[in-house]
Amino acid sequence: MVEPLLEVRGLRTHFPILSKVLRRRVGTVRAVDGVDLTVMPGEVLGIVGESGSGKTTAGKSILRLIEATAGSIAFEGREITGLSTAAMLPLRRRMQIVFQDPMSSLNPRMTVGRILSAPFEIHGVARGAQARGHVVDLLRLVGLPEEAVDRYPHEFSGGQRQRVGIARALALRPALIIGDEPVSALDVSIQAQIMNLLKRLQGELGLTYILISHNLGVVSHICDRVAVMYLGRIVESGPREALFFDAKHPYTEALLAAVPSPDPGARRRSVPLDGDIPSPANPPTGCAFHPRCPQAMARCAVEAPPPVMLAGGHSVACHLHPG
Amino acid sequence: MLSYIARRLLQSVPLLIGVSVIGFGLMHLAPGGPLAVYTLNPTITSQDIDRIRIVLGLDQPVHIQYFKWAAGMFTGNWGNTFFGGRPVLHVILERMPATFLLMGSALSLAILIGATIGVLGAIRRYSVFDMLATSGAMVALSFPTFWFGLMAIYFFAVHLGWLPSGGMYRLGEEDNIVDLLRHLVLPVMVLALVITAIWSRYTRSSFLEVLHQDYMRTAKAKGLRAHERLLRHALPNALKPLIALLGIELPALFSGALVTETIFGWPGMGRLFVDALGMKEYPILMGMIMFTGMFVIVGNLLADIAIALIDPRVRLG
Amino acid sequence: MTSAGEGTVALHVSNLSVSFRIPGGVLPAVDGVSFELRHGETLGLVGESGSGKTLTSLAVLRLLETPPAQVTADVIMFEGRDLHRIGESEMSDLRGARLSMVFQEPMTSLNPLMTIGRQIDEPLIRHLGLSGAAARAQTVELLDRVGIPRPAEAARSYPHQLSGGMRQRVMIAIALACRPSVLIADEPTTALDVTIQAQILTLLRELQDEMGTAILLITHDLAVIAQTADRVAVMYAGRIVETGPVAELFARPLHPYTEGLLRSVPRIVRTPLATLPEIPGVVPAPGNLPDGCAFAARCDFADPTCHQQRPILAAQGPDREVACWHPRHG
Repeated sequence: MVEPLLEVRGLRTHFPILSKVLRRRVGTVRAVDGVDLTVMPGEVLGIVGESGSGKTTAGKSILRLIEATAGSIAFEGREITGLSTAAMLPLRRRMQIVFQDPMSSLNPRMTVGRILSAPFEIHGVARGAQARGHVVDLLRLVGLPEEAVDRYPHEFSGGQRQRVGIARALALRPALIIGDEPVSALDVSIQAQIMNLLKRLQGELGLTYILISHNLGVVSHICDRVAVMYLGRIVESGPREALFFDAKHPYTEALLAAVPSPDPGARRRSVPLDGDIPSPANPPTGCAFHPRCPQAMARCAVEAPPPVMLAGGHSVACHLHPG
Repeated sequence: MLSYIARRLLQSVPLLIGVSVIGFGLMHLAPGGPLAVYTLNPTITSQDIDRIRIVLGLDQPVHIQYFKWAAGMFTGNWGNTFFGGRPVLHVILERMPATFLLMGSALSLAILIGATIGVLGAIRRYSVFDMLATSGAMVALSFPTFWFGLMAIYFFAVHLGWLPSGGMYRLGEEDNIVDLLRHLVLPVMVLALVITAIWSRYTRSSFLEVLHQDYMRTAKAKGLRAHERLLRHALPNALKPLIALLGIELPALFSGALVTETIFGWPGMGRLFVDALGMKEYPILMGMIMFTGMFVIVGNLLADIAIALIDPRVRLG
Repeated sequence: MTSAGEGTVALHVSNLSVSFRIPGGVLPAVDGVSFELRHGETLGLVGESGSGKTLTSLAVLRLLETPPAQVTADVIMFEGRDLHRIGESEMSDLRGARLSMVFQEPMTSLNPLMTIGRQIDEPLIRHLGLSGAAARAQTVELLDRVGIPRPAEAARSYPHQLSGGMRQRVMIAIALACRPSVLIADEPTTALDVTIQAQILTLLRELQDEMGTAILLITHDLAVIAQTADRVAVMYAGRIVETGPVAELFARPLHPYTEGLLRSVPRIVRTPLATLPEIPGVVPAPGNLPDGCAFAARCDFADPTCHQQRPILAAQGPDREVACWHPRHG
C-alpha cells in the first residue's frame, strides 16, 4: 500500500481586509476555503480554475510560501503546518515550485550559473567547482547549452528562461514540484516544448507534479488527475478522462464548454456561462456557484454541498449528486 | 472624507509635539547661547549675566524650560523675545506679509512657467526645445541660490543700474507700488529660477509617464484630437504627483527662502530665522519651527484632499 | 451608417512595413505585409510573439509613435482614402467613427479618473455631434447592448469599480458607438478568464451580425480563431506566411509553420499523445533574420533554396496564399 506523497485536509487560507481608517478587520478574502487533496507519488495532479478560484494561493500554501489559516498539510507522511523556518529548510529540498513568469522569477543580475548553483550552496550540498559540475548536468537535463552558465536571463528567450526555472526547481532532486501556470506566459509552439520537457523529466526522475493552470488543454495533455476549483473550494475532482468526458458539476461542464476548440467545424453557438465571477471577499451563500448555475435549486443558496465520492475516485460537490 | 480629515488632524498632534521636542533639544545642544553676545561687552559684569540668565529662565534645566514653553504655547502665549521682550507671535506675524508676497509671486510664476516647459518637453521629447529645457534646468539646479542672487545684483543693480540691489522699499516710498514691484523683481527672479527648474522636471516626467499609458492610446483610437487628449485625459492623471509636490512646497510660502531673503535684505520670515539663529533667540526660533510644522501638515493635508477629490479610486476605495 | 455589400473589400493593406530606429541601425518588425479585410467578415490575424501582428494593427490606425517607429506602405485603402497618406486631422475624424480598435488590456485601457459614461459619450459627441444628453442616452443603450447590468448606474461609475470582463465590454461599446465599418480587436480576450472570454467572443459575433462590421481579430490563440474567424492570415517573424478560409486552413495547412502550430496545440482528447508535436528552436529576433525564409531553420522540409531565397506570398488556389517553396498538401 503506497503512502500518499502529499495529503492536504481542510486547507484554508484567508486574508483579512483592513479598514482604511483604523486598520480594523472589516472583511475576509477567503482565497482557499476548505481544500482536500491527496497526491500519490509519481502522479501529475492538475488544479484548474479561473480568477478568484484560489488555485495559486492553494499551491503556495501547500509549500508554505504563504501561511495557511487552517488545515493540515502532510508531506511524505509528516505534518508540516507547524514547522519552524529552520525545520522547513531541509524539507524545501523535497518540494519545489516553478513560477509562471520566467522574466520576473529569475534575478536579472545573476548569471544562470549563479542562479542554478544557489540551491546547492544554500543547502550546503556543494560549492565552487563541484557545484558548477551539478549546474552543467542540470542544463543538459533541461536542454540548454553549457555556455548558458555565464549568461544573464535577459539574453534568453521566454522558453529558455522557463527551462532555467525548471532546472532550478530540479537542482536538489525534489520529490514534488508545483508548477504555477508554468507555460501560460509562453508562445504556443514553445508551450509544446516545455510540456514535453516536463513530461520527460517526470518519467526520467520519478517526479510528482501539481500543475496549476487555467488552460484546460495543457492540463488534459499532461495530468493524470484533475481538480476543479471555484472560489476557494474544489467543486469536482477525479481521473483525467472522467473529468473531461464525464463531468458532473455544472461549473466543470460550463468551463469545458467555454474552452474554444481548435476545430472550425465545431462552433459553439450560445454562451456557456453568464455573469461575472464573484469576489472571494464577498462569496455567495451556500454553494458559491449557485448564482450562475443553470441548474440551481433552492437548496443551493442555503447549503454548501459537501464533496461526494462517486465511482473510480471521481468526487463532486454538488446537490445534484447527493451520493 | 470627514473622518479622514479628522484622523489626519489627530495624527498631527504627536507629530507637532515631536517636532517641538526635537527642535527645542537641538537648539539647546548648540554651543553658545543668547548670553554669549553679552560676554563680549566689557561693561556687563558676570553678576549681570547671571541675573539676565535667571530673568530669561535660562538657568532652569532644559526639560523644565521646554515644558514651560509648551504650556505657554497652548494658552497662546508664545513667549517674548530675549532681546527687546516683544511678543514672539507679533514679531513673526508682522514679517509674514513680506514673505507671502515674495514666495507667492515666485511660486505662481515658477509653477506656471515650469509646468508649461515641462508639458512641452514631454510632448516633444528629445526635441531641441526639450534638450535645451533639460540642460537649462540642470544648470539652474546646479548653481547655488546665493550665487545667482549675487550675480543678479551685480548685473542688474550695480552694473546696469536698472533695479534696486536690495530691501523691500526705498526709504520714504512705502506706499509706492511701483517701487515695491521694482524691489520685487530680482529676488523673485532668483527664487523662481530654481523652482521653475524643479517644476519643469517633475511636470515633464509626470506627463511622460501618463502619455505612455494605455488609456491615452485608447483616447487616440477614439479619434480625439491632440488637445482634447492632453487636456481631458493626460492632464488630470498627470496632476497627482504635481499636487503632492505643491503640498510639499506650500509651507515654503510661509517659512520663506532663507538665502534669497538674506542676500536681498528682504524683511521676511527667512531673514527673521537667520537673524534669530545668529542671536540665539530661542523663542522666535521655536515659534517659527512650530509655524512651519503646522504649515507642512496643513499643506500635505490639503494636497491629500485634493488628490482624493481628483482620483475616484482614492475617494471611493 | 453600416457597411457596404458583403464580400466587397473594406480595408486593403498593401506592402505595409514597420521598422524601428535603434542605435546602430534599423530593426524591421513588420516586413511587407499585405491583406484584405472584407465587409461583414472576421479576418483572424494569428501569430506568436514577435510575429508583428499587433504592430500591423497599430500601424493601420497610425497609433504608433513615429519616431521611433517608421511605417511605410504602398497603400492602406479604406473607404476611398489612403490611410497612410491622409493628414492627421482627417485620420482622427476616421478613428473611432469609421475604424475602431479594442485593445488587449482592459485594466489599463480606460482612463481611471473619468466615468465610464463620459468615456463612451466622447466619441459620440466628437464624431456624431450629439449633445451631452443625447450622447448619454445612447451610451446607456450601448451599455445595455453589451450586456452591462444596470446601465444607467454603470455609466456613472468608474473603471476601477468594474471587473475585467465588464471593462472589456465597455471598450467594445466605445469602439462600436459610432457603428464603424471596421473594428480591429487586438487580443481582446487574452487577459480574460475562459468563461468570460466565451461571453465576449459571442458578444462580438452578435454585434457583427447586427451591424455588419468587419473585424480584424488579432490573437495567438488558434482555438479562438477557429471559433470566430471566417478567414485567417498567419504571421511569422513580421511576414504573412499563409492565408485562407478558416476551415480549409485548419484542415489543410499549406505552410509548415501553420501545420506545426496546429499540431502543437494540446487538445482535449481521451488518449493524450505521449509527446506533443513541437516546433524546435525559437523565433528569430527582429534584428537577426536570416537570408531566405525566416522559418527555414526550424523547418523539417527546408532545402538550400529555402535558406537562400525568401519566398513571396503567392496564390495557391482560390482565396489561398502561401509564402513557401514547398507548401504542404500543395
